[in-house]
Amino acid sequence: MCGPLGQSLRSIMATVAAVIASTHHPFYYKASTSFGAERPPFADEWVAKITAFRETLTRARADVLVMVGSDHFHQLWLDNMPQFLIGKAPYYDANWYNEEREFGLPRMLVPGDVDLSAYLLREGMDAGFDLAFSNELRIDHSITCPLITLRPEADVPIVPVYTNIFAPPLPQPRRFVELGRTIRRLVESWPSDKRVAIIGTGHLSLELGGPRQFGPHGPDPEFDRKAVGWIASGDLDSALAEVSLDSLWLPGNATHGFMDFMLMMGVAGDKIAADYVDSLDLFHTMEAYFTWYPEGAL
Amino acid sequence: MSKYLLNKFLFTVDRDPDLVERYRQDPSGTVRWWEAERAGVILNCAAPERSTWLEFTPAEREALATHDYVTLFEMGAHNFLLLTLFIALFERDYAEPLAFQREFAAWLSHWSLPYPDIAT
Repeated sequence: MCGPLGQSLRSIMATVAAVIASTHHPFYYKASTSFGAERPPFADEWVAKITAFRETLTRARADVLVMVGSDHFHQLWLDNMPQFLIGKAPYYDANWYNEEREFGLPRMLVPGDVDLSAYLLREGMDAGFDLAFSNELRIDHSITCPLITLRPEADVPIVPVYTNIFAPPLPQPRRFVELGRTIRRLVESWPSDKRVAIIGTGHLSLELGGPRQFGPHGPDPEFDRKAVGWIASGDLDSALAEVSLDSLWLPGNATHGFMDFMLMMGVAGDKIAADYVDSLDLFHTMEAYFTWYPEGAL
Repeated sequence: MSKYLLNKFLFTVDRDPDLVERYRQDPSGTVRWWEAERAGVILNCAAPERSTWLEFTPAEREALATHDYVTLFEMGAHNFLLLTLFIALFERDYAEPLAFQREFAAWLSHWSLPYPDIAT
């Protein structure tokens, strides 16, 4: 194209409206919707914190949500395990029988943004990530928990990005950070007038199926304190210096989910402090909530 | 030793409500049936295209047949699969919330790092 109109069309690029990272706690839905004797004593405080956190996405007026999570052995299995996978489908059914059974999670149907999926896949591969893809992906609580907390209507199209934090051998932490940086760069170059929020959930210290599980706090409060500091201040240097695939066993045997937080630190940017930071010390895990607004996003 | 096959058992039982109940009620019979009929099923393939080489060791078969999650942990079964399925099997027998999960932890309390390798 030529002329002023052509130039303006060429210059249209998507806006990263918000970058959001949090833990995903599958018990939130049940805790927040229960009444009377069923309602746990910490539910009201938890709901208040989530309501405030939700407002940070609402303010961003996002048209699309890129959602980073990890399949918990639902659709992805050890006979064919991708390290990084992007969903490319117009819809995603969500939640599984064992999540309904254990957490009371509802079945959901979430719309997808196929154009952004296609863009991230093509450009991501050209940028050095040999991404797997899925045209029929049933998402699990790593993506539906943040939908329930941040956008319970689940009416904004999503692009799911799955990472393997679960089935060794895993990618190195620096690859998670680099994928985060790449996703940020690609969304900002997507030829679209849409506002995109990039949301990812992981874990702080966590033990599941081991001797330190379900204690009164997370298994390693000192790690949690440090990790919240790294995320809140965007201190990727410290996180990358201290975190390795081996070291992540120390805070708890499910702490490799912290690499999804590191991915989100890559999205947010080196040394970029979060605009919103909150946490909640729950039984068996520390919950943490972070939002960044890139300059000019609001 | 086949950590993969242990995990495949836990995975395929955990995702099937009927199999969860069957394994709770008849662990030994379910393990025998599963190994004969299901162990070789490749999950995304047609039935005739099955694996022909997968089998449990006697110790693995025994651990599964006795619901022995401590031994399964020690064999390197995946911690998440193990926890999720055993919650489904036994949480209902405990009056207090999380009581089964805490007992599970207590039975493993003699373990410190490094835990058994879960890589497959």
